[in-house]
Amino acid sequence: MTFNAVKTTRRSFLAGAGLVIGFTLAPKVFSASAMEGVPAGGDKGLSQINAFIKIGPDDTVTVLSKHIEFGQGPFTGLATIVAEELDADWSQMRAVHSPADDKGYANLAFGLQGTGGSTSIANSYEQLRNAGATARAMLIAAAAAEWSVPASEITVEKGRIKHAGSGKESGFGALADKAATQTPPTTPKLKDPKDFALIGQELPKLDTVGKTDGTAVFTLDITADGMLYAVVAHPEHFGATVKSVDDAAARKIAGVVDIKAIPQGVAVYADNTYAALKGRDALAIEWDLSKAETRSSDELTADFAKMVGTKGHEAANTGDVDKAFTGKDVQTLEAEFVFPFLAHAPMEPLDAVFIKAADGSVDVYNGAQFPGMDKKVAAQVLGLDADKVRVNTQLAGGSFGRKAQFGSPYIAEAAAVFAATDGNRPMKHMWTREDDIRGGFYRPMYVHKMRGAIDAGGNIVGWDQTIVGQSIMGKAELDETSVEGASNLPYVIPNLRVISHNVSLAVPPLWWRSVGHTHTGFAVETFVDELLQKVGKDPVEGRLALLTKEPRHTGTLKKVAEMADWGSAVPEGRQRGVAVVKSFGTYVAQIAEVSIGDDGAPRVHRVWCAVDCGVAINPNVIKAQMEGGIGYGVGAILFDAVTLGQGGKIVQSNFHDYRSLRINEMPAVEVAIIQSREAPSGVGEPGVPPAGPAIANAWRRLNQSPVRRLPMVNVGSV
Amino acid sequence: MKSNIALVSVVACIAINAAFAISNISLAQDSPANSLKPAASFQSIADQQQRSVAIFEEAGKVIQHPRCVNCHPATDRPLQSMSMHPHQPPVTRGEAGMGVPGMMCNTCHGPENVKVVAQAETIKSIPGNANWHLAPIEMAWQGKSLGEICNQIKDPQRNGGMSLEKLIEHMAHDDLVGWGWHPGEGREPVPGTQAEFGELIRTWVETGAACPS
Amino acid sequence: MITFKLNGQQRTFDGDPDTPLLWVLRDFEKLTGTKYGCGIAQCGACTVHLDGTTRRSCITPTSTVEGSEVITIEGIDGKEAEAVRKAWIAIDVPQCGYCQSGQIMSAVSLLQLTPKPTNEDIDGAMAGNICRCATYHRIRQAIHDAADTMEG
Repeated sequence: MTFNAVKTTRRSFLAGAGLVIGFTLAPKVFSASAMEGVPAGGDKGLSQINAFIKIGPDDTVTVLSKHIEFGQGPFTGLATIVAEELDADWSQMRAVHSPADDKGYANLAFGLQGTGGSTSIANSYEQLRNAGATARAMLIAAAAAEWSVPASEITVEKGRIKHAGSGKESGFGALADKAATQTPPTTPKLKDPKDFALIGQELPKLDTVGKTDGTAVFTLDITADGMLYAVVAHPEHFGATVKSVDDAAARKIAGVVDIKAIPQGVAVYADNTYAALKGRDALAIEWDLSKAETRSSDELTADFAKMVGTKGHEAANTGDVDKAFTGKDVQTLEAEFVFPFLAHAPMEPLDAVFIKAADGSVDVYNGAQFPGMDKKVAAQVLGLDADKVRVNTQLAGGSFGRKAQFGSPYIAEAAAVFAATDGNRPMKHMWTREDDIRGGFYRPMYVHKMRGAIDAGGNIVGWDQTIVGQSIMGKAELDETSVEGASNLPYVIPNLRVISHNVSLAVPPLWWRSVGHTHTGFAVETFVDELLQKVGKDPVEGRLALLTKEPRHTGTLKKVAEMADWGSAVPEGRQRGVAVVKSFGTYVAQIAEVSIGDDGAPRVHRVWCAVDCGVAINPNVIKAQMEGGIGYGVGAILFDAVTLGQGGKIVQSNFHDYRSLRINEMPAVEVAIIQSREAPSGVGEPGVPPAGPAIANAWRRLNQSPVRRLPMVNVGSV
Repeated sequence: MKSNIALVSVVACIAINAAFAISNISLAQDSPANSLKPAASFQSIADQQQRSVAIFEEAGKVIQHPRCVNCHPATDRPLQSMSMHPHQPPVTRGEAGMGVPGMMCNTCHGPENVKVVAQAETIKSIPGNANWHLAPIEMAWQGKSLGEICNQIKDPQRNGGMSLEKLIEHMAHDDLVGWGWHPGEGREPVPGTQAEFGELIRTWVETGAACPS
Repeated sequence: MITFKLNGQQRTFDGDPDTPLLWVLRDFEKLTGTKYGCGIAQCGACTVHLDGTTRRSCITPTSTVEGSEVITIEGIDGKEAEAVRKAWIAIDVPQCGYCQSGQIMSAVSLLQLTPKPTNEDIDGAMAGNICRCATYHRIRQAIHDAADTMEG
């Protein structure tokens, strides 16, 4: 099988404003210098000023992003911080992924290199301000030496270094080599935030252009001469293993090169993707279910519910909860919430490219959310020293948490697939959408049992919440991620108890965009809304009265109420609901306007959103993350569940039965950013948690029926 | 260029249907639940009108099958699957029942059914036909009784201006109608064969085209 | 041997004729702007133009494009494409960017046939293109902006 007229060129195309380069890789001549992603104009001649900044002779400033760019804007945000302190012009800024290094490029919030928890800006803010200010000082020192003038008389503005007295002026590029040899100042002077010229501006994103013409390179787009395409047949039950394989039919398919059993399933290697898929389709595999999870989602729900009332981990216990519920004239409200497994379903399914160099070292190309971990795991599986593996982080088509995994199980699989070959051909390993939806590492299932007590005066005096589900961190003791948002309830309620039960399942759990807040935010914000309704209090006023110790909750709530003109007439047939959730240090309040659609399902018309994330580095990116977070949250709350059917077989498999929000279902979104001098906090996740409960609260007012079980819409199979 | 391709595809499609029809006859015999009673078997009903009604009711097994009703929706949105849920992704009929700019029927539905390899086991194929389109809204069958559909089918105002003769021809030989018997892997075909169905419609017309009440 | 025109150039393919056009574009032609997202025509990431209308390349056997003209994100041009790209860049529509080739191919097709689309027209054209980052709000705006610039 050949393709006529295909040129076997060594083509490289620049992505957008010079971010990452993609190659048609020729492994034998592949040199280490080209591994890290190359800025526009090529890597040659760039002067490395420090770990985060390179300057080119063409005056371009390239920021090495220790964080992966998969849509939340770190390339732009981190470059903005550097440019601010460097007094660069925005047009000269570029960004690329840094190499993998758990020390030099550690996320200061984690202690190893990684992106997640909406920490990219927060943990980098001071670090990159310092990096930018240091580079600026070194450029000035270089200019002072070059021009023989005092450094104190040199100014930098919009990328131009000037000495007024002598009339000398230079761009960064001409002084970059010299600057790189200067001694960095121990404590560079940082700007007063009131003098910020770039931070707070809506600067155009650095990665946009390449994402509009097909030139942006994702892992799936990396190709190499002679590359093998591999897919793996996975079981349909969690915990199942291969008992036997009949691969005779698969081996007969043109283009199929080999078939190997690996610990994760059966790998099919082929000369192109379609042949690999056809080969996989032709396998006859018998699975051993002896250690598999064979309970259905319904059975799991029942088993979870049985744990309520048994001894669990105490996450909060203030006042006397039991007494609060037995007081005179106390009214109580009880509710049980059931949350399904959720797949992240990023647009780009998991994938990785492995290429062995002539010296036996291996390059891994992937959307590395934990690059250091990926490197370590790949090295282990390949039997190499860690320094013989280079992880080259690529743009990723979303993640929402999926690619941030302890032990990097996906990379372990991809490496196992590569290790089962002789390694002489580069290899791309790809998951199909079905592998993705059925691949586990879900937002776990949870059952919440809630009780609320209202005294004779209409005050909420007792809150008793039990949360049953898997520990994402795999803990036997209390896992804070199971109870965050509940154990630290922002509402002042004198008697508060939150109990957590960890359950152990063969279904691997993972954080999913906003982690514990995906369920605690929903349970807390719908339940408090019901309690307020029960005592006849307005959802906004009632919340404000309970938020006496939380000025930033209050600020966003008041702002969103003002935006939506809360209390004004709502269009016929519609209702509004409100929710406010703090997650990852960021406060978000939302109001959703909802009606009952023609099909009886909720129709979300509008969402107003107020966000307080401290100093707003780039308001445009913050707004985009709120819009996207709302869309992601609305889709999940309305449509999404991965369910285990009878016998534990996974029911859903692709976007037809694991529905994504579509454009016709996207509400109009209006975002306001609270002006703040607080340290910046993240925005990738915090837009998600309030969307669901705001919709559910509106829905309850529309049809008097509270939402206890998600998703709200039953998605039929095709 | 476009029309040339469509023409070629129609020819190819007919050829494929003819090939399929042979295997489908044996399938019908093996599977009585999925078969049609031959038109001749209604001879025992003495009353011609009753016979006509009975024949149409037999044909109704095809007409009211989701494979047919799904593209005769009562709204602008086609239906899908045996459960007849609204089509995903959400598509609308557009001016000619061929979809709307940006997402036409043929954005996804090609000249033939396409087998999907190594993807969702609940979607084994994407259905296709060179003439894939929605029935006009006046031909909507969704939610209607067989009697209502019967009267509608006879009414040139609501059947695309067809005489009963043309209707027989359409039911017996139209390629898109014929897709119902060859809906692609993973889809239940409508009962019987198109020839048997055409014969039922012809006999129904010959017996006075009476409708169930 | 299948022959078709790809971005203005005559190309041939003599592999498995059932191979979806998507994989011929990506694996053989190395045109990687067209993405895999679902393989079952649910997400639209693989959208190309086939003889002037949108087509999901993941469910298009290459045998069926014999004699046809295929345009991918790398080859799309004209005033609609230019207006769409400009509008996309002006308000930074993409987030992760993976679905955007497909979004843009659908949007260009819409504007080619409906120069001044309503919100309903936009829903009709774009509802087959999933964006997990939910950039829909800006996609809608950018299409309106593109229409305005074409008019202006």
